Amino acid sequence: MAKEDIDAVTGTATTGHEWDGIKELNNPLPRWWLWTFYASIVWAVLYWIAYPAWPLVSSYTSGLLGYSSRANVAADMAALQALRGEKGAALAKAELVDIEKDPALLAFARAQGRAAFGDNCAPCHGTGATGSKGYPNLNDDDWLWGGTLEAIHQTLQFGIRSGHANARENLMPAFGKDGTLKKDEIVQVASYVRSLAGLPVPQGVNLEAGKKLFADNCTVCHGDDAKGNPELGAPNLTDRIWLYGSDQEAVVETITNSRAGVMPAWADRLDPVTVKALAVYVHTLGGGR
Amino acid sequence: MAPSTVRKTMTLGEGGLAFVFAATTLLCLVAAAKAQDAPFAFHAFLSAAASVAAVFLIFRGYFNRPAELPGEETEDGRINYNDGPLKFATIAAVFWGIAGFTVGLYIALELAYPWLNFDLPFLNFGRLRPLHTSAVIFAFGGNVLIATSFHVVQRTCRTRLAGHLAPWFVVLGYNFFIVIAGTGYLLGVTQSKEYAEPEWYADLWLTIVWVVYLLVFLATIIKRKEPHIYVANWFYLAFIVTIAVLHLGNNAALPISAFGSKSYVVWSGVQDAMFQWWYGHNAVGFFLTAGFLGIMYYYVPKRAERPVYSYRLSIVHFWALIFLYIWAGPHHLHYTSLPDWAQTLGMTFSIMLWMPSWGGMINGLMTLSGAWDKLRTDPVLRMLVVSVAFYGMSTFEGPMMSIKAVNSLSHYTDWTVGHVHSGALGWVGFVSFGAVYCLVPWLWNKKELYSLKAVNWHFWIATIGIVLYVSAMWVSGILQGLMWRAYTSLGFLEYSFIETVEAMHPFYAIRALGGALFVIGSLIMAWNVWKTVQSGEPAPVASRPVMQPAE
Repeated sequence: MAKEDIDAVTGTATTGHEWDGIKELNNPLPRWWLWTFYASIVWAVLYWIAYPAWPLVSSYTSGLLGYSSRANVAADMAALQALRGEKGAALAKAELVDIEKDPALLAFARAQGRAAFGDNCAPCHGTGATGSKGYPNLNDDDWLWGGTLEAIHQTLQFGIRSGHANARENLMPAFGKDGTLKKDEIVQVASYVRSLAGLPVPQGVNLEAGKKLFADNCTVCHGDDAKGNPELGAPNLTDRIWLYGSDQEAVVETITNSRAGVMPAWADRLDPVTVKALAVYVHTLGGGR
Repeated sequence: MAPSTVRKTMTLGEGGLAFVFAATTLLCLVAAAKAQDAPFAFHAFLSAAASVAAVFLIFRGYFNRPAELPGEETEDGRINYNDGPLKFATIAAVFWGIAGFTVGLYIALELAYPWLNFDLPFLNFGRLRPLHTSAVIFAFGGNVLIATSFHVVQRTCRTRLAGHLAPWFVVLGYNFFIVIAGTGYLLGVTQSKEYAEPEWYADLWLTIVWVVYLLVFLATIIKRKEPHIYVANWFYLAFIVTIAVLHLGNNAALPISAFGSKSYVVWSGVQDAMFQWWYGHNAVGFFLTAGFLGIMYYYVPKRAERPVYSYRLSIVHFWALIFLYIWAGPHHLHYTSLPDWAQTLGMTFSIMLWMPSWGGMINGLMTLSGAWDKLRTDPVLRMLVVSVAFYGMSTFEGPMMSIKAVNSLSHYTDWTVGHVHSGALGWVGFVSFGAVYCLVPWLWNKKELYSLKAVNWHFWIATIGIVLYVSAMWVSGILQGLMWRAYTSLGFLEYSFIETVEAMHPFYAIRALGGALFVIGSLIMAWNVWKTVQSGEPAPVASRPVMQPAE
């Protein structure tokens, strides 16, 4: 041991090698480190015995506990159904019109509707269903395609211009793009339409001409009184609710190029009970008819 | 030594490589002409230009060098270390580091303030995110690893780096790969595999570069003048070999055309997922852990001027680490279609990995025994030591998160992001900064860094940044996990997804602030490195390495 190289600071022997001035002490493995390492290995072996662990030729060691994550998911889903209880089963069977008559069932449907609304409808209509430009506010009583429970359910199931065979379909002509109306005529109609809603009109615009153009081109859908027609999805033009904005520019743009928003057909994406719950939820937000 | 009147001729390597690059230029021009998509054409032109530059550099090197190739020793009997390539890699690391951190900061801000993508495709989070991850892991981390491995292997083997052009080929070739990968992301070229986004032609090029890297490293070890291979070199070698295997396995792909950028990976479904995370997890294990442990094992004892704590621990934890790490990938796929048995193995091997990982921390920290006082006066050493502490924390957190019960809360949340960044910023970042602060004065023959005070500032600003970042992600991650699983008493999800996103906003803002501090720290480092190279006080000649007789 005469040749042994001792580190002066710690009094520990080195291994006797040196690389670019770096030596290594000949310390043993720290005991706590070694025992913790052994413990983690023992724990792993026990885990392998208890749970599915090692692949075999055509199967695997399934473990003593009989664990399976698929079985776990099934159990979790069953527990969820149990938590939803009778109300869940009742909602599945209930006729749409009967749901709102039973306060407990209504509360349950609204809870399910609210959860579904947040993940499916909120991206366009907002978490509070207040809408934004191009996406209607669902809290008020102004409905493009009708605000009865049945009408809302219909819209939800098949959507608007969604490509579904039963989708709500309409098409306002693009009066400017198609050349039906000239630019100054569009300004006249737009001004007239805005005047119907009590909005200020630009000076020097011939409202009478606008009124005539409106009668010739617009009343077929929007009605003689311009109050719209939910059968055709034609909005009421006399109120202060404007899906695409009420300023002169926005209205001119609408008449010139038309608008055609799209809502998906949720019957293709969600189960019927969820769609039903959504219809009840939207209907009871405040504006349902 | 051969007489200096030897006739100057081109070596086979110089001539051959120049010929190969000349041929590559032509091939790239043909590929550019036949290209089926614009990004491929751009990359072909870029490759042609790089090939021309390579031919030019080879000839310039030939005309400027003396007739004899550089030998093992300098005229005054010192070891003739080949430090040029690693100087380049060191500077490249600083450059890519700042670039990668800045992109990271930008996407952190995009998450807090989404309008920052300005609806521009190349500023979209989806394109910038791989730019960030690749820039910090492969561009910054990779250049640090190449620079330090070439430095450490020469010093601890007391021999010149093997090869005349090969080390330069590795460094420049690797950085060219990074340029191809990064510009590809911005142009939308990706094979959509996390941390392995570059398309097939970039992968092929990296394979060539990486094999040459392995050969240079191995050949240098083989001609070493020390009887034993130093522990840092085991870690570097494990890193180089394993990354090669991972890269080849995960990137097996069929291009739709020899002249188009798009390819399809040969694996599919759950097999692809398993390959991806076998690769992804071991990129962490062998790139960001084994490689950087190599750095730790040289620069910590060197800077502390203390022996490594335990040789036995270094052997045992090395073999345990590399054997166990390779199994742990499936813990990224808990509760997926991956079979239960594979999930179990991934989790249990992650738990067993805890102590082998901590072996490195123990050896790093205990090496300081007898030199703890230096932490007060040497901010570089402090940076290195704190990096080891972060390493210990992340390698405890990792096994903990791999436990399925914990993972069911943490998976897909920001907790994962926080975990990754405590490892990436704290461990990889700080150990790299420490190594760069050691390397720059040594490589440029300066007495010390231009400003240790600036290192101190860097240390504190970046540390506060990391703490803000990681704690914000812990809170937001756990909050997110709890919100996702919350049910109402009627049995419906309590929160919609968008509500959980809204709840993250303040934490995303704090995270961005932490990231900004980290970027500021790295800018201080760049300034310090620049000033050291430009105007640092030269080192006294006596302190420069001198050839000593082997023991």
